Amino acid sequence: MWANHAAWLLGKAPVRFDPAVIVTMPDVTENQHVFPVTVDARALPKVQRIVVLMDLNPLPVAIDYQPEGALAYVSLRIKLDQRTPVRALVLTADGIWHVAGRWVDAAGGGCSAPPVSRVKGDWAQHLGEMRGRLWPQADQTRLRVTVRHPMDTGYVDNIAAYNIESLRLRGAAGQALGTMTINGSVSEDPAFTLLLPPGLGGPVQVHMADSNGRTFDGTLAP
Amino acid sequence: MILSRRAALGLLATAPAIAPMAANAETFAGRYAYDPQAIGPGLWLVRGADEAIAFGNGGAIANAAILACPEGGAVLFDCGPSLRYAQGLAALAEKLCHGPVRRVFLSHLHPDHALGTAAFDPAIVAALPATRRELERDGNGFADAMYRILADWMRGTAVALPAATVVPGPIEVGGRRLTALALHGHSDGDLVLVDEASGTLLAGDLVFHDRAPATPDADLAAWRQSLDALLALPHRQLVPGHGPFDPTGTAAIAQTRDWLDWLEPALDQAVTQGLDMTEAGMLPIPERFATMKMARYELQRSVAHFYAGIEARRLPRIDGTG
Ligand SMILES: [Zn+2]
Repeated sequence: MWANHAAWLLGKAPVRFDPAVIVTMPDVTENQHVFPVTVDARALPKVQRIVVLMDLNPLPVAIDYQPEGALAYVSLRIKLDQRTPVRALVLTADGIWHVAGRWVDAAGGGCSAPPVSRVKGDWAQHLGEMRGRLWPQADQTRLRVTVRHPMDTGYVDNIAAYNIESLRLRGAAGQALGTMTINGSVSEDPAFTLLLPPGLGGPVQVHMADSNGRTFDGTLAP
Repeated sequence: MILSRRAALGLLATAPAIAPMAANAETFAGRYAYDPQAIGPGLWLVRGADEAIAFGNGGAIANAAILACPEGGAVLFDCGPSLRYAQGLAALAEKLCHGPVRRVFLSHLHPDHALGTAAFDPAIVAALPATRRELERDGNGFADAMYRILADWMRGTAVALPAATVVPGPIEVGGRRLTALALHGHSDGDLVLVDEASGTLLAGDLVFHDRAPATPDADLAAWRQSLDALLALPHRQLVPGHGPFDPTGTAAIAQTRDWLDWLEPALDQAVTQGLDMTEAGMLPIPERFATMKMARYELQRSVAHFYAGIEARRLPRIDGTG
C-alpha cells in the first residue's frame, strides 16, 4: 500500500524517513472518528507541502497543506477506518519528501466508547458555523479555526460524499498565508491549528469551500 | 463492513463444519484468575487489573463484590466484561456463599462491569432504569468494540438487558440488607449500594482509587454532586469501581474529586490558550496524582470526550453571523 501511495503521490521524487518531521498523536484511539494528529516540520527549511496520509483508509489523503506564509505546522482530526499507518509527508524546496509517522489501531482500546461515534444530527442548522482565534506569541502567532460540517465520506450508509474541500488564509494585506486541500477523511466538524509568523498585525481571513460549492468565510482576531 | 466481527465470531461458533476454526477455538487457553479479598462479614472484593481493557487481561479491569446471604446464596455487585468472566465469578461466589447467585446488581452501563450479565437469567439482574436505557443505546456498540479487542475472551457474550429494576431505598436479598442509591455523573445511571452488615459503600465507577477516573459518559458537575452525597452517606469503608479497597471510606472519594476538580479547568484552560487536542493530551499531570495508575491514558481519553464541546463554548464565532 505504502509503495502504491508513494508512487502515485510522490512520483519519482526522492523520499527519506526523517525524524525532523515530528508527528504527535495520542496513545489511545478513544474515538476512531475523531483522532487528533499534529505535524511539526518547523525544523526543515522551505517547506512547500505537508500531506497527512493514512495508507489503509479508503480516502488515504486527509489534507495537503501549503504553508505559503505560515510555519510548517498543522494540527487536525482524522477518521481512522482500521489499523493503518498515519504519516506526514513533507516536501521541501529541494524536491525531497521527508516522511514520518507510525501505525495506529482504530480499535485502539478506547474501552468504554462505542466504536461508532454518535454522529451529530443537527449539522444542517449549523452548517458552516466557524469559531476560532489568534494567539500572538513570542515566536509565532497561533491560529485555531473550527467549522461545523458533516464531512461525509460517501462510504457510509449510502450518504453521498459531502465535505469541505479547501481552506485558504489571507493576511490583512491580502497576502497568502496558507492553502489546504481537504478530504472526507478529516473528521466531522473540522478543527485546525496552524502557526503563523510572529508579529502578524491585523486580522486573518479564512475562506473555506465545500464539495457542493458552498463557501464559508470568517475573520480571525486575537 | 457488512458483518460485524461479533456476528462473524458467533457464526463460526455455530458452524462446526469449519473444522479448523473450531479447532482453533478449542486451543484458546485464556483463563481468568480470581483472588477474592475478604473485607467484611460475608463480603469479598474481586479486584480488576488497574489497566486499560486489553487482550492480555481479558477485559477484567473492573472490581466486583460478592456478598453472602444469611439465608444462603450470593449477591453480586457487577459481573465483569464477558460470559466467561461472569461464569467464573458466579462459581466462586457459589463456593464462598454455599448457594446460588440470587441477585446481580449492575452499577452502570460500561462493558467492563456489565457484559457479564450474559451468564445469568435476566430476571435476577437488576439495574437502574437509566442504565437499562443506556445499555439499549450503547450495548451492541460496546460488545462490538470488546470483541475487536478481546476476541476469544468474549466468545458467547451477548448483551443481556437486566430485567429487574432497582428502586432506591432499602433492599433485602436472602436476609442481606442493603440500601440502594440512584445517582449519576459517571454515567446517566450510577447505582450505589451500602451493605448494612459491614458498613461498606459499593461505589461503582463514581469512585476510582489510585487509578485515574474514566469519563466517556460523564457529566462532571453531576459527578461532583454525587461525590458530595457519598461523603455525607454514613459508611465505614468503600469498594471503588477500579483500584484498591479503601478502608477509610473517604480517601478514594476525595481523590476522585481532586482529579475531577483538576481535569475540568485544565481542559478549559487548554482551549482558551489555543492548545490542540494532541497538546492537551500531553499537559503536565500534577505530582499529587503520581500514585494514580492510567493517569496519562485517562487524560487523553477525557480530552477526546470533552474537547470539542469546550471549544464550542469557549472559542468565539468568527463567521460574522453568530
Ligand atoms: Zn465506568
